Amino acid sequence: MNKNIHKFHYKDVYFLLDVNSGAVHAVDKMIADMMDVFDGKNDDDVINKYMNIYKPLEIKEALSELHQLIEAEQLFAPDITVPPVFSEKGIVKSMCLLVAHDCNLRCKYCFADTGDFGADRQLMNRQVGEAAVEYIIEHSGSRKHCEIDFFGGEPLVNMPLVKHITAYVRKREKEAGKIFKLTLTTNGILLNDENIKFLNDNNISVVISLDGRKSVHDHMRPDAGGHDTYNRAVANFKKLVKSRNDENYYMRGTYTKYNLDFTNDVVSMADEGFDILSIEPVIAKDEDYAILESDLPQIFAEYDKLVNTYLQYRREGRGFFFFHFNIDLNNGPCVAKRLSGCGAGHEYYAVAANGDMYPCHQFVGREKYLLGNVFEGVTSTQIPQHFRNCHVLNKDKCRDCWARYFCSGGCHANADLFNNDIYKPYELGCELQKKRLECAIAVQALMSMENSH
Amino acid sequence: MKHIKTVNKPYLQSTLKTGGCGECQASCQSACKTSCTVGNQVCEKKQ
Ligand code: SF4
Ligand code: SF4
Repeated sequence: MNKNIHKFHYKDVYFLLDVNSGAVHAVDKMIADMMDVFDGKNDDDVINKYMNIYKPLEIKEALSELHQLIEAEQLFAPDITVPPVFSEKGIVKSMCLLVAHDCNLRCKYCFADTGDFGADRQLMNRQVGEAAVEYIIEHSGSRKHCEIDFFGGEPLVNMPLVKHITAYVRKREKEAGKIFKLTLTTNGILLNDENIKFLNDNNISVVISLDGRKSVHDHMRPDAGGHDTYNRAVANFKKLVKSRNDENYYMRGTYTKYNLDFTNDVVSMADEGFDILSIEPVIAKDEDYAILESDLPQIFAEYDKLVNTYLQYRREGRGFFFFHFNIDLNNGPCVAKRLSGCGAGHEYYAVAANGDMYPCHQFVGREKYLLGNVFEGVTSTQIPQHFRNCHVLNKDKCRDCWARYFCSGGCHANADLFNNDIYKPYELGCELQKKRLECAIAVQALMSMENSH
Repeated sequence: MKHIKTVNKPYLQSTLKTGGCGECQASCQSACKTSCTVGNQVCEKKQ
C-alpha cells in the first residue's frame, strides 16, 4: 500500500488515515479492500481486480467518492516539506531541573538508577537553579511561554530549593516579560498539607506516579527500606487532587512484563477517583521485567481492551482522560511542532544537580551527550544541531512510516540506548507507538461519529 | 457519501505557513516523561 495512506480497523469499522493531510476516513470493507490496489489513477485495475467480489456498479460509485477526496486533498495529499521556520536555530525554552539526585523510593525500573543517575546522590543548590532560570530567559528569544519541570530523583527531597526557584521564577518572569509554566513530578510519599498548599498557591502542575493496582505498584515501587508504598502514595494523591479541584495534574504509571494486563491498572486508577491518566511501557534492556518483541501480540490485544473500557466508562458517564488517546484530529499541532517532537537537545535541556546540561532528563549521565553547564553555556555546540536535524524527514525509518506526523520520530534517548544512534528509532517503541495511535484515532473517530448521530 | 464518512477536516498542510511559533509546551513534560507523542499536544495559538 501507498506510504501516504494507512489502513486499519477497530471491530468492523475500517479507517483510512491520509498521512500528509491528517484526514481520517471511516470506510466500508469494500473500499478498505480496494485501497490495496488503488493509487489514485488506476481505476481500471481496481475494477478488474474486484469485479468478481463486489458489484462493478458499487465499485465505480466508490471510486467516484475516492476521487472526490483526492480533489479535496484529503487523500493522497501532497508531501510535506520542512517549513522554513524550522531551519532557523533552535531556542531553548524548557528545562528539566534534576533538583535532587536522590530518592526515597527504589523503583526497580528507574532510569535514574534510584535517583543518583549513576553518580553521587546530590542536591541542586541555589546558584545552579538560578543560573538555569537565567539561561532560559536569555536563550528563549522572543518566546513568551517557557517551562521548568522540577524532577529528580524525587524533587520533594529538595523542597527548599523548589521553593526558592519558584519564587525566583515568579519574580524574574515579570521582569523579563515571560510566562513560565512550572511542573513537578513526584512519587507522592513526601506530600503533606504544607507542600500541597505551596504547589497549589504557585500554580505548579504535578505529574504523579502510580502504577495502578496495589500489588503491581508495591512490587515495582518499594521504598528505600523495602516497604510497600501504594497506600501512602494513594492517600497523599487523593488529598492533593481534591485540594486542586481535580485539575492540573496527571497520573502516570509504568507497565512492565509483570502487568501486561494493564487495562486493570488504568481501571484501578479510575476507580480510585483519578481521571487524568497515562500508562507507559517500561524502557529496559536485559531485565526480567523488560518488554520483549514476543510480548507484542498480547500488548496489542490489551490496548484494544483498553479502548473498549475507555469507551464504556465514557458512555456510563464516568469517563477519564487517557493521555495516548487524547489526540485532536481537527486542531492538532502544526507541522513544525510535529517535526521537532520533544525538542530534546535543541529546545529542551535537562540540568543535573551540579549544573551540567544534557539533551534531556534521560540523557543525564551519558557523558558523550554532555552539552556544557548552566554557567558557561553549551560547549559541545555540534550536539544541538545534531538533535535539531534529527526529525522524521531526516530518519530513514520514519520517512516512510505512516505514524511520522503523530509520533514525530520517537524518543531519542531510547534510540540511543538500544541502537547507539539517535537517528535509529527503538523498534519495539515504534510498534507500541503505532498501535497506540491506531487506538487513539479509532477512539476519536468513534466518539465524533457517536456525537454527530 | 455512501461508502466513506470523513471524520475530520484535513489541516496539516495549512500549518506549513502559519505554524512554528513555538509557544506550545515541550511534549515530554506534559505527562509521560519517558515517551513522546506530539499528536496530543495543544496548539497555543488556537486556544
Ligand atoms: S519513530 Fe518509529 S513509529 Fe515513530 S515515525 Fe519513526 S518509524 Fe514511525
Ligand atoms: S528524548 Fe525521549 S525522554 Fe527525552 S525528552 Fe525526548 S521523548 Fe522525552
